[in-house]
Amino acid sequence: MEVPILKQGPYLIASIQSALSDNDMVRLRDALVEQVGRFRSRGVIVDVTALDVMDSFATRTLRDLGRMIRLRGADTVIVGIQPEVAYTMVQLGLTLEDIATALDLEEGLALLERKTTAPGNETSSRGR
Amino acid sequence: MEKVQAMRRTSIESVQATSELFRELVEHLRQSRTQLREEWAQRITEAQLLTAMSKEEIFAEATSVYDNYMEALKTGTFEALQAYARNLSERIIPRGVETREVIGIVLLLRDVLARSLFAKYQADFALLNRILDAYEPAANRIAITVAVGFVQERERVIREQQEAIRVLSTPVLQVRERLLILPIIGVMDPQRARQLTEQLLRGIRTNRAKVVVIDITGVPVMDASVANHLVQTVEAARLLGAIVIITGLSPEIAQTLVMMGVDLGKMNTVGDLQGGIEEAERLLGYKVAITGEASDHSLRG
Repeated sequence: MEVPILKQGPYLIASIQSALSDNDMVRLRDALVEQVGRFRSRGVIVDVTALDVMDSFATRTLRDLGRMIRLRGADTVIVGIQPEVAYTMVQLGLTLEDIATALDLEEGLALLERKTTAPGNETSSRGR
Repeated sequence: MEKVQAMRRTSIESVQATSELFRELVEHLRQSRTQLREEWAQRITEAQLLTAMSKEEIFAEATSVYDNYMEALKTGTFEALQAYARNLSERIIPRGVETREVIGIVLLLRDVLARSLFAKYQADFALLNRILDAYEPAANRIAITVAVGFVQERERVIREQQEAIRVLSTPVLQVRERLLILPIIGVMDPQRARQLTEQLLRGIRTNRAKVVVIDITGVPVMDASVANHLVQTVEAARLLGAIVIITGLSPEIAQTLVMMGVDLGKMNTVGDLQGGIEEAERLLGYKVAITGEASDHSLRG
């Protein structure tokens, strides 16, 4: 199943609508890493509201995604993790350490807005 | 066929014989009621049981237990005794009577009655044996009924209290837009810690909280598993996009946590609740200012 990637101003939004296979997950990661350069995006939001399970592969892929996007010069925010999912994840030791998280899409956009416009922030001082 | 009838006849006879014995037994108990009851109350006091109750109370309860005991032997039904045991337990549990004491007094009564039977039938050993055959199972059942009734009542009280604590224990309060506080009072066990996490995560979602202050001033001790659970809670909250600030870590808890090597590096800690709320307000971009108008009025009011 293909995950639609929407371009919204300087950001890319990928909204996962149903459970994804490992392959789909990797494909989403590759597509985002590619498009973030193509559209010169400043941030990426992955919305996982619809997921009621996050296994170790999905978590690792999201973490890798965040690191790759970082190297491509943008920020990543994972939004919409359900309370039950969050609880299960930490019990399994899956904590998405260096990735920003937010409650929902709105919060995620606000977070990116703050990150990319904050004074002294490397993403805003970057020439584009 | 004949054999079956014969068997039936014997069993009817034996039932009749047993009820005959019971009648005799109950008659004996009735006749010696005053004496045996006093002896029993005396032995309860000697054994230092029911110390929470006065002598008069013990005697009054002993009388009703005795009568119920007699009734149960006479009718062979235990419902009335069960109800009485429950009622008695309800009355004496709040006064701190222990299971040991209740079982002790019932067994004492059993002993007192058995002794009186020995005394009465010592001349006729065969009859004594038959009487004891009838008496012992019934007496044991009575002892079990009363003891189980007491324990059940006690467990019911414990369950009720646990439920009450569970409901009271973890309020999630919103102090400002997007700011929640969670005051935790009392000992944390793994079950409570899990419940707390669930409530907090749900609270973050429904209140759209960005910052949560968990105040553990009221937590006297914390073990490794609960501390780790707290770390997990902080991480789970972060996955929902909220920052957790822990306040009020006592010196003892701070020492234990460091000694146990619990990794608190990811935790945001502030000394007290006030500091925690101030820090949270700073994170949320609030600025609290004293206007000098309202305070005058409210101080007077």
